[in-house]
Amino acid sequence: MRHDKVEKNLGLMVALILLVVSFGGITEIVPLFFEEDNTVPTQGVRPLTALELEGRDIYIREGCHVCHTQMIRPLRAEVERYGHYSVAGEYVYEHPFLWGSKRTGPDLHRVGGRYSDDWHRAHLWEPRDLVPESNMPAFPWLFTQHLDGKHTARKMTIFRDRFGVPYTDEQIANAADEVRGVREVDALVAYLQNLGFGLERN
Amino acid sequence: MDNLWSFWSLFVIIMTLGFMVAVWWLIEAAKKVNAQQPANELLDHEFDGIREYNNPLPKWWLWMFYGTLVFGFGYFIFFPLGGWQGVLNWTSVGQLEKEQQAHEQRFMDTFDTYARLSVEELLNDSTALAIGQRIYAQNCALCHNNAGTGGYGFPNLTNNDWLYGGSPEQIVQTLTHGRQGVMPGFSSQLGEIGIAQVSNYVLTLSGHEARNPDQVAEGQVLYQAVCAACHGDEGKGNQALGAPNLTNDIWLYANPEVSLYDNIRVTLRHGRMGVMPAFDELLGAGRINLVAAYVYNLRQEDPQ
Repeated sequence: MRHDKVEKNLGLMVALILLVVSFGGITEIVPLFFEEDNTVPTQGVRPLTALELEGRDIYIREGCHVCHTQMIRPLRAEVERYGHYSVAGEYVYEHPFLWGSKRTGPDLHRVGGRYSDDWHRAHLWEPRDLVPESNMPAFPWLFTQHLDGKHTARKMTIFRDRFGVPYTDEQIANAADEVRGVREVDALVAYLQNLGFGLERN
Repeated sequence: MDNLWSFWSLFVIIMTLGFMVAVWWLIEAAKKVNAQQPANELLDHEFDGIREYNNPLPKWWLWMFYGTLVFGFGYFIFFPLGGWQGVLNWTSVGQLEKEQQAHEQRFMDTFDTYARLSVEELLNDSTALAIGQRIYAQNCALCHNNAGTGGYGFPNLTNNDWLYGGSPEQIVQTLTHGRQGVMPGFSSQLGEIGIAQVSNYVLTLSGHEARNPDQVAEGQVLYQAVCAACHGDEGKGNQALGAPNLTNDIWLYANPEVSLYDNIRVTLRHGRMGVMPAFDELLGAGRINLVAAYVYNLRQEDPQ
């Protein structure tokens, strides 16, 4: 093989490198697109309501996913602390997913129902009122800012048409009314309280 | 990917093993590149004055390379690849369950023993109380705080005033199944004036001076009609419903930044829906017994 041909022809080298590197992705990633475990939602998964969807966007806007993961690994200590390990089918309607990659705070994938709504509001207002050693920031502005619902229906339409999240026409039509005027903190709490019921919902 | 012979299983297996074979072929091909030229002499190509000798690949490096290939093939005999389960039958979930069983085994006796003992018996066991304290710190202190003195909306566990009852059985019940506060808001039923009247009356129940003494009498009438069903004719509360005693001057929702009168009015306007989560799934009977003993032990022996 004349390797000097490859070495002296940058375009050819780039093409060959891409070919070689793509083997890994083709083998490891592509088959997952066709795995039922990954494409079929687990039993408890339902599309987020309009309010929860807005709460999720606040979660993203405030950068919660930078310090909190939503991915419980199948390790004994994690399962004992956070609950059942996460499975792929729970994230089918998540675009983008919020797995996160660093735990400055605890994992939140099954935080729903773990604390009361009151607790969440008190905690978001000033975390140190409840957990003196906490280094989580306070989010007081969530209590004074209100949702206007201007983009809610559009967001849900995109989720339905582009990502296949099964929103009904009725849900989309009512979306704006459902969220208009709601305090941001209440949307965020509604989102948090829904986390963790993907496997089963009572 | 449970079926070894499914398309995607074979796809993964063939791609992986094929790529390993291709890598092996590549190293063999590269080894032979300069076989036409004598070894240990300068090759004829040059770049910016840099030239290289026609040396064979270093032996240690080459054998390390072969070693990784052998390791790779060996790995896939033992561990899963595509639909192949590997001769060890290893899965991450299987490993988790094994570790959980080992853990359970190790602590089963301890917690089983504590699950069988009554809360009163545990009170005399300093080890049990120490374990209970740890469980409390990890699960309960977030709301009731480390000392157990609670906070705004979160009951104080040390003052022997219990919303849902303070017997060991009732504490275990609270921990196991949780509690849901059900105080409704009365804005529409009472209106602002009615709320002010009732608030003035409720202030007098615990010995406070009414903000507006003229309203106490009307407040009492409204109280008997609307509030007494849960809080009792004398305001002593009802533990079966979790309705607080209004006569002992212990306030669950007392924001220190506003007056007690205003706090009561806020409660009457909007209601209170305090929630104690259920811990049966998270902790299990043995640990609940331990934390119940710890909580029971926190109370001060001066019932009001």
